[in-house]
Amino acid sequence: MPPTAAEAAPSRSLLSTDYRTLEYVTGPLIFVHNVHDVAYNEMVSIEMPDLSVRSGQVLEINGDIAVIQVFEGTRGIDVDRTSVRFLEEVAKVEVAPELLGRILNGTGKPIDGGAPVIPEKRLDITGAPINPYRRDKPADFIETGVSAIDGLNTLVRGQKLPIFSGSGLPANELAAQIVRQAKVYSGEEFAIVFGAMGITHREAAYFMQQFEDTGALERVVFFLNLADDPTVERLLTPKVALTVAEYLAFEKGMQVLVVLSDMTNYCEALREVSTAREEVPGRRGYPGYMYTDLSTIYERAGRIKDNPGSVTQLPILTMPDDDITHPIPDLTGYITEGQIVLSRQLHRRGVYPPIDVLPCLSRLMNLGIGEGKTREDHRAVANQLYAAYAQGRDLRRLVAIVGEEALSDTDRRYLRFADDFEKDIVGQGEEGRSIEETLTISWELLAGLPMGELKRVRDFIPKYHPHAAEPQATEAAAAPATDADA
Amino acid sequence: MIAGSISKITGPVVVASQMTGAKMYDVVRVGARGLMGEIIRLERDLATIQVYEDTSGLMVGDHVESTEAPLTVELGPGLLSSIYDGVQRPLPVIAAQTGDYIERGTVASALDREKKWPFVPVAETGADLVGGDVLGTVQEGRTIVHKVMVPPRQSGKLAWIAEAGDFTVDEVIARLEDGSELTMAQRWPVREGRPYTRKLDPTTPFTTGMRILDTFFPIALGGNAIIPGGFGTGKTVTQQSLAKWADVDIIVYIGCGERGNEMTEVLTEFPELEDPRTGAPLMDRTVLVANTSNMPVAAREASIYVGATLAEYYRDMGYHVAMMADSTSRWGEALREVSGRLEEMPGEEGYPAYLATRLASFYERSGRVETLGSDDRVGSVTMVGAVSPAGGDMSEPMTQNSLRVTGAFWALDTSLAHRRHFPAISWTKSYTLFLGQVRGWYETNVAADWLIHRERAMSILQKETELQEIVQLVGPDALPESEKVILEVARMLREDFLQQFAFDAVDAYCPPVKAYWLLRVILAFSDAAVAALNRGVSLHQVLDTPIRDTIAGLKTTPHEEAITFMQAYTTKLSEEIAGIEVL
Repeated sequence: MPPTAAEAAPSRSLLSTDYRTLEYVTGPLIFVHNVHDVAYNEMVSIEMPDLSVRSGQVLEINGDIAVIQVFEGTRGIDVDRTSVRFLEEVAKVEVAPELLGRILNGTGKPIDGGAPVIPEKRLDITGAPINPYRRDKPADFIETGVSAIDGLNTLVRGQKLPIFSGSGLPANELAAQIVRQAKVYSGEEFAIVFGAMGITHREAAYFMQQFEDTGALERVVFFLNLADDPTVERLLTPKVALTVAEYLAFEKGMQVLVVLSDMTNYCEALREVSTAREEVPGRRGYPGYMYTDLSTIYERAGRIKDNPGSVTQLPILTMPDDDITHPIPDLTGYITEGQIVLSRQLHRRGVYPPIDVLPCLSRLMNLGIGEGKTREDHRAVANQLYAAYAQGRDLRRLVAIVGEEALSDTDRRYLRFADDFEKDIVGQGEEGRSIEETLTISWELLAGLPMGELKRVRDFIPKYHPHAAEPQATEAAAAPATDADA
Repeated sequence: MIAGSISKITGPVVVASQMTGAKMYDVVRVGARGLMGEIIRLERDLATIQVYEDTSGLMVGDHVESTEAPLTVELGPGLLSSIYDGVQRPLPVIAAQTGDYIERGTVASALDREKKWPFVPVAETGADLVGGDVLGTVQEGRTIVHKVMVPPRQSGKLAWIAEAGDFTVDEVIARLEDGSELTMAQRWPVREGRPYTRKLDPTTPFTTGMRILDTFFPIALGGNAIIPGGFGTGKTVTQQSLAKWADVDIIVYIGCGERGNEMTEVLTEFPELEDPRTGAPLMDRTVLVANTSNMPVAAREASIYVGATLAEYYRDMGYHVAMMADSTSRWGEALREVSGRLEEMPGEEGYPAYLATRLASFYERSGRVETLGSDDRVGSVTMVGAVSPAGGDMSEPMTQNSLRVTGAFWALDTSLAHRRHFPAISWTKSYTLFLGQVRGWYETNVAADWLIHRERAMSILQKETELQEIVQLVGPDALPESEKVILEVARMLREDFLQQFAFDAVDAYCPPVKAYWLLRVILAFSDAAVAALNRGVSLHQVLDTPIRDTIAGLKTTPHEEAITFMQAYTTKLSEEIAGIEVL
């Protein structure tokens, strides 16, 4: 872990000064004048007129003026009696293996009423970038038990794969299901670090319930910043959560799955602070550095050479108005290694999980599949399913105009394939499926298409096609119908 | 010495006072850790500095010292197969110093100071040398002969040159009569293009092994192209394919603000991959500059200039160099972020108004040139920049400004990517301005009628787009057979010609000759099918023949075998279709 800024800074007088020189308060920011020896990003403690204490962080220093963002909000702060003390260190979190099974607030303080955690270390929450040269290539298949993910957009250990959701779509249910079912092939269980940012009490309770029911709670570290908690505190939550995750993974050798929900709330907080600082806004008022800021969160996933641990990220975000080009999903997509996109249309039709596979992608899929990892035909089957489903979807549009009668027999089979695909592969419901089961069901569906259309799985037909023995019969059945149509 | 102290800190931008005498773009050391930074604005004695490292912990009053030199890179043997960060610090050396994470204030020399290189003198004592003249050579890696050159702007009579032997980059290997001593390494400021004698017209194509690029949208050695596309459309895979297969001597690959895991993939894959022409590992001819998205933003801004300078250095030796920048949008964003911190008046979408100027001067560093030196070497730098338009919207400033200064546009299409048509390069939106310049090469080296076949294929695909609109309205069965055959041929062009599987051992690289024959076979099929329809044969009869399957298998057939087969097959398939009897 990198040395902290405080260590780097020249030591200051033992008597720390309390400043009562607040001159300006706006939104979540306060401006303190006549300060000396203040470090950029330093943490501060703010004593309120009623003697309660809040915390903040230095955002900018200009001469003797320090701009401070207050995590708990500025309500009740005055310019007269409020005093500010600089803590001579950057934001840190206390870590220990005993954090597993605990519930903490958004800044890493226990709130479950349990015994205090005896820290093994105090770590800088900003972290340092992993040297690309020291990274290890993610290569191990994670079985999530969800066919649309395992079969078509495989998750790999060390990957960051966000779920793009819309308001009212069951992203949390899907995330909980993945957390419940996820396993690596070595059988090792995941430790789960859950960072909740601005989610409602109901959502938080749902996750707790899920973890409790499955007995997963003792391997979960739960960071909780609820919707009614201070907005700016949210800016720390993912960083705190990831620092703990990195500690468990790279120092304790665990397989860590980080779920961050909901990144949209994080970005809103970022915009709020940026606006208060009167910065030049980028797209839709979000700050120009949002890409950099998000990348310092998402990039904290991966594996390190000669280290058994790994951090896999599953961030959840809500696309405002289901718009995938909105800056939040857009910038996320440019950083993460793919995305799982939920569809309102499928949800309305009662398909669960409502994963629209066409815009989904897992960039690291090829590293985690194939012989010895999943099955030799995995890539080919996934490609064939994609091509066939895309064709089926195109035909649906056509049918809306010309009617099903105008289609050839092959086209009608594609149409049926698309329906079955949504029903049987995507819409698997709550139960988990092994990758073998997923591939078997895929082959059953593909068997509904004429053999000649299965170009991308041609090499595997003899071994896996359910009707491989009687190819002629299938072709013959298809051929006359086609002629009749013509 | 010019030294001052910090008076303001905001993110990666720091303002220092008492900096009288400092020059624009001079490198400075900031704070107790000596963080590296660069002066980007001067106002009386105030210098605004962009710091290449995280500024947490800096304080007002901290010491700032100018090195009184602009940001330079070190050029010499040992660059190839290196991996650098955005300011040319080797990442393996940083790892050895600070472990798994990159820490601040690390100082690491770009070239290995200890390693001895086998120097072979070429120039003779007493010769009159000018900048760019070759002093001697060093075998760098297995395949590349590194030419040790007189630095540009230096010249004189050679007083002494070392005998053949092993030297480090710091040891003097030659002395000019004016007393100046030369080593194998030289430094060059990154923001200034290295000089050359004159620019030449680019006429040789930059062969990529990707059929859609080589056949439809070729660029020339020394040309430049951009690859814009939303996320998930395959920018990085396309860039990496180019880096692997492009027919050039040297590759400079810049990961500018992209994913750490992707850089790792390049790092682990390239040493294992073989250069198709020499059999040596690809890494032997590659320099990587990796500045992942979570690494400091100002270093990201510098990284593409570092890359360009490295590319120019090898160009000056007379090599053909390809430089890939993935992604230039992240560079643009770094520019925007710093500009925002400077409180400059924003232009479109918050980008600074000088974005276009910067882009133009960057892309103009590509080109085919006659290098400095008296032996008329010719070298080139070809630039391919990925662009990541926000929301996939190509009207955004980065794409539009890049378009104005580059010669080819390889547009990636989200809908093609969704249906797993890779490379997802759109044949309707892409274009190239180099066709006229490289056409001659294709006509001599591939086939005299190359252009005719290319145009025919393009027009079939264009026709398909039009027909698809009608099909959307009335269904495919309403079309006459003569138009249905166009749809079939277009489909073959898409599936059996344009689609190319980057992970297949054979199909990953397709030589232009094979691409030409594939096109000919498909067009021959088209001709024969049309002729058959005119005789009264139904389209189904033509399609029921095994010909389509044979054609579909051709792209994964080994090249030589496929080319020989296709030369005969063009006539054979025509005869076969001509032999179909009318029912």
